[in-house]
Parts: sequence; structure tokens; C-alpha cells
Amino acid sequence: MTFKQLLAATCVAALGAGAQADGVKVGMITTLSGGGAGLGIDVRDGFLLAVKGNDDIELVIEDDQRKPDIAVQLADKMIQSEKVDVMTGIIWSNLAMAVVPAATAQGKFYLSPNAGPSALAGKGCHQNYFNVSWQNDAFSEAAGTALSGEAGKVFLMAPNYPAGQDIMAGFKRTFQGEIAAEVYTKLGQTDYAAEIAQMRASDADQIYFFLPGGMGISFMKQYAGSGVDKPVSGPAFSFDQGILGAIGDAAVGAKNTAHWSKDLDVPGNADFVEAFQAEYGRLPSIYAAQGFDTGLLLASAAAKADVDDADAFRAALKEADFQSVRGKFSFGANNHPVQDIYMREVIKEGDLVTNRIVGTAATDHSDPYAADCKL
Amino acid sequence: MTTLLLIEQVLNGLQSGIMLFLMAAGLTLIFGVMGLINLAHGSLYMIGAFAAAAVAGATGSFVLALGASLIAAAAAGAIIEIGVIRRLYERDHLDQVLATFALILILSEGTRWAFGSFPLYLDVPAALAGPVTLPGGIQYPAYRLLIIGVGLVIAVGLFLLIARTRIGIQIRAGESDREMIAALGVDISKLYTLIFALGAALAGLAGALVGAIQSVQVGMGEPVLILAFVVIVIGGIGSIKGALVGALLVGLTDTLGGVLLPLALSGVMDASAATSVGSALASMSIYILMALVLIFRPTGLYGTA
Repeated sequence: MTFKQLLAATCVAALGAGAQADGVKVGMITTLSGGGAGLGIDVRDGFLLAVKGNDDIELVIEDDQRKPDIAVQLADKMIQSEKVDVMTGIIWSNLAMAVVPAATAQGKFYLSPNAGPSALAGKGCHQNYFNVSWQNDAFSEAAGTALSGEAGKVFLMAPNYPAGQDIMAGFKRTFQGEIAAEVYTKLGQTDYAAEIAQMRASDADQIYFFLPGGMGISFMKQYAGSGVDKPVSGPAFSFDQGILGAIGDAAVGAKNTAHWSKDLDVPGNADFVEAFQAEYGRLPSIYAAQGFDTGLLLASAAAKADVDDADAFRAALKEADFQSVRGKFSFGANNHPVQDIYMREVIKEGDLVTNRIVGTAATDHSDPYAADCKL
Repeated sequence: MTTLLLIEQVLNGLQSGIMLFLMAAGLTLIFGVMGLINLAHGSLYMIGAFAAAAVAGATGSFVLALGASLIAAAAAGAIIEIGVIRRLYERDHLDQVLATFALILILSEGTRWAFGSFPLYLDVPAALAGPVTLPGGIQYPAYRLLIIGVGLVIAVGLFLLIARTRIGIQIRAGESDREMIAALGVDISKLYTLIFALGAALAGLAGALVGAIQSVQVGMGEPVLILAFVVIVIGGIGSIKGALVGALLVGLTDTLGGVLLPLALSGVMDASAATSVGSALASMSIYILMALVLIFRPTGLYGTA
């Protein structure tokens, strides 16, 4: 065989391979090891449950170890050598900022199952970027509205990093009332004795805090032992199923805002909770629900349009034609969710510490950054 | 700020300093006697916490849980010393750092494999769950007082062990001249294993005590490890007394800095700016303290050149 023949044969083979691939190839980059792996594992498992048995979807999963540089390497690899059509999976805002703009600029679709930095909702929005979770401020804006009036003075606490400041800004944007104090702690701080002493000494009637993951566990346990009895609330990240078991009774009674809860009475939710428990032997968290919805959204678009026809695929995504486990779900002008946000309360069911819905905090909530988005 | 609040914050600073001391004591002993930089010390802290959470979950007894943390961490320490660390004494510090860093990764992923990715439950015993009222009307969590007490007892015990016992003599001799005490017939490798296990047990106990009021999760040891290194640099490497003083200094600076700096700054700038500048400065305060100590005493407060 001459070189030319070889070249021709290779081209034909490549064309053939291209013609066969009519499904959607998805690259998932998420956090599966290190601190915070619980969130990535829940997103992955929820997504896998949604696309189980779906032959249209081919999935590549990689672990970013919560490190932006590794996420960028993995994204390059997925785009250049794996040739994925759609990317998803990132948990943390700083990693999303490192990966998403580059991926969408190269014509890939990105579906965010978690993390909604304001930069990607406003000026930096992109027609190929769809957020299936929330904009970072959403839960605390809803909480600000819900606590206005009845709460009295509020003591605010969050870690000193961009998401912490965003969430407190969201609360202050909608809260009508007096802020007793505002405290920013170190990211990753494990001892809150000093802050709890300040809470005891302040004249606040309520505590509103955002401390994701292990920070929230530490704070709640220490708060319960301190004898301070001011009611606490926060966005759902500090009270989610993955960490409630570790906090135990200390969390009971705390209010938190979320777009989903396992007792939410909408079609499909009870089945999702049951299927997730049967498959993985644990209760789903909001992250699992977000992963599940992301999988459903992708499957709905893949069933309607060919991913090679980007315009049709984009239109199919934008329709959001799937039964979300959150009930109502649609995309706003900047491809971020318009959804209801509920007030939940931590309760004890037998030995199990979990959440139940006690009311609606915000109806058809959308983010305030859409005005800056030119789509 | 009222006097009561200030006293409460000082107690908080003492308590966090005492916890750091338990970590730093083992680290400084190991470095002082064996000349080994042990990055995996934080993993031993994590092992202690996980062992305590597992035993408390199975038996419901907090005392048994503390015992389990000591035994598990000491056993892990002894195994690590015999299996890995023993080969590193003659090597330079870079090799030790690489090998013990590898141990962090192995122990973290091993723990995740055994216990899963989600944080475990470990709570303070019911008898110590609430606050107690101290003279002057200060409400302070009973469990934190227990931590201060346990830490002080251990500090005294360590001083007695090093100053008054035969093992202590061997440890001090090993610090100054390891060939000579080997020549005098002391089994140096057994001594090293013992010291390593002792340091590990202290770290494990700290992990279990702190795990009850913080979160028991993979990777919980690394932030504490960094602080423990700051402590031994401030206190002087190899000195138990330095570790105690350094730990209390770091604990107090860290706690009081976080409270007082934003308060002090609110006099000269508006509230939200004072909060953010104050908390940023507070995060730096212990490193500034370390830099100051190193400028005036390059070997640390109690270190010998």
C-alpha cells in the first residue's frame, strides 16, 4: 500500500466513524476525591440515574480534585482528544470560571449542575452555557425576602471568599430589616467559639449563616453546645442530606432555603427519591437532584435534536422540556433557572435527620444579573 | 466589648492553643529526636477522629472512643514508622517530605475507601453537652473546659515523662547525640518507634477530642498540620516547652485577632470595610507573629541553634 492509499483509507475510516456517532458525547468533570467529594459524587450519581439505559448518551467522567488547574487540563483533554459535545459536572464556582468560558468559546455546550457565579449570569453569559442549578445568590435572596418583617435583627456570618460575599450580598439585597452584625470568617475555619461568643453578646434575634460542608458541621455542633438559643437559618448548603447525619440532633429546627426537598410534592419526585435510594443505598441531596435534572435535560434535548446541529440542540435545551424533580422549571433570558424556592426545616424522622418543606420562600425566582446579559 | 466577652474569648484562645499543643508536641518530638519532617502527622489526627467516631457509633461510649483513638493512632504510627519512616532517617529532608506527603494521599484515600466520602457523626457525651456558668456569670461550653483540662494534664505528664523518667533521659540523649546513645547500648530503633507512636497517639487524641465539636471528614488534618508547623517554628524546633508556649500564643493570637481587629478598625473606617479588612488581617496575624519571632529569635523562642 502506498502512502496515498493509506491516507485515503484512513480518511474513509475516519468519515465512517464520524457518521456512526449520532449520540451525544458528554464530558463530566466533577470532584470525586479530597474535601467536598460528597457533592461531586451526588451530582454524578444523580446524573447517572437520569441517563441510565439511554443509548444516545455516552459519558466520560473525570475527577478534578477540586483544583482549578486540574479541571482546566481535563477540559482541554475532553475537548481536544475525547471530542465531547457537551460538558457538565463542575461543583465549585472558581473551577467553573476557569473552565466554562473556554469551553463555550470553542462551541461546546456546558450544563452547570451546581455553581452559578454571577459573572456567568450577567456580562459573561453565553448562549451555550445553561445553568440547571441556581445563580449563587438565589437561596439567600429568597431567605432575605422570607425573613423580612418577622425576624428582627439578624447576625450574618460567611467565609471570607467570593461565594461567601455573594451570598451575603444576596441576602442584604432583599432583606428588609436591621443587620445586627456581619462577620466574615476564614475559609476552612473549624472553630467558631469566637464567633459564637460574639453572637451571644450581640443584640441580634436571628443568625443567618452560610458555611458549606465541614465548616457548617463544626459550627452547628459548637453552636448547639454553647447554650445560645437564637434561631439559625441559612442556604441549604449547610443543611443538606450529605452532612445532616454528621451534625445530628444539633441541626434540628434550623430553617434553610432550597429549590428542592425530598418531600416536595411534584410529579416524579417521590419516584426519584425511591430510585436513588434503591440504587445507591442513601437519601438523595439537593446536589443529587440537580445532577438528576441535568441528566433529564440533556436526554430531553438529545431526543429532540442532533447535537451536530448546534442551533437546534440549543433551542431544544432552552425549552427545558423535562419533568424536573423541582416541579416548575424554565430558563430565563440568560439561560439561568426560573424556579420556586422553598423554606425547609430540619426535622427528625425516627433516627434520621432530614428536611421537610414548611413554606414557599420565593415564587418564580430569577436572578438579578439577567439585565446585564446580552443574549 | 465587655470584660465578660473578652474573658470568654481568652478561654477560647486557650482551648484552641491546647489542641494545637497536642498536635505540635508530637511533631516537635519527632523532629527534635529523629530529625524527621513528618507531613503525615495530620493524617494520624484524622485516624484518631475516625477511630473515635467508629467506636462511639458502635458502642455509644465516649470514653471507649477516646481510648480507641489513642490505640488506633499509636498503632498506625508504629506501623508507619517501622514500614516507611525507618528508611528515611539517613535521607535528606526533601525525600522525607516526598515520602510523608505520599503517606497523606494513601491514608486519605484509604480512609475514604473504608468510611466513604461523607462526614461521620461524633458528638460530645450528653453529660458535657451544655454550657456551664463560670464565676462572673460567663456561660462556657462544658466540653471545651474538659479539653483545656485534658490538655493541661497531658502537658504536665509530658514534662514529667521527659524530665523525670528513664525514657525521658533516653529521648533527651537521642536528641543531642544519637550515635553515642546507640553505643551505650540503648536500642535506638525501638526508641524511635516508641517516640513516633507516642507523637501519633497525641495527634490521634487531639483528633478525637476536636472531632466531637468539629467535623470528622477526610482531609481534616491538613489545616491543623499547617498551624502545628507554625507553632513549632515559633516555639523552637524540638522543644516541648516551646511547643506549649507557641501553641498558646498562636491560639490566642488567632482567636483574639479575629475578634479585636475588626473592632479596632471600625473606629477608623466604615463597618463593612472594617469587617473585611479586619478578617483579612486576622487570617494573617499568626504568620506575622511567626515572622516577628523569627526576626528577633531565628531559632524560635526556646530553640537551640
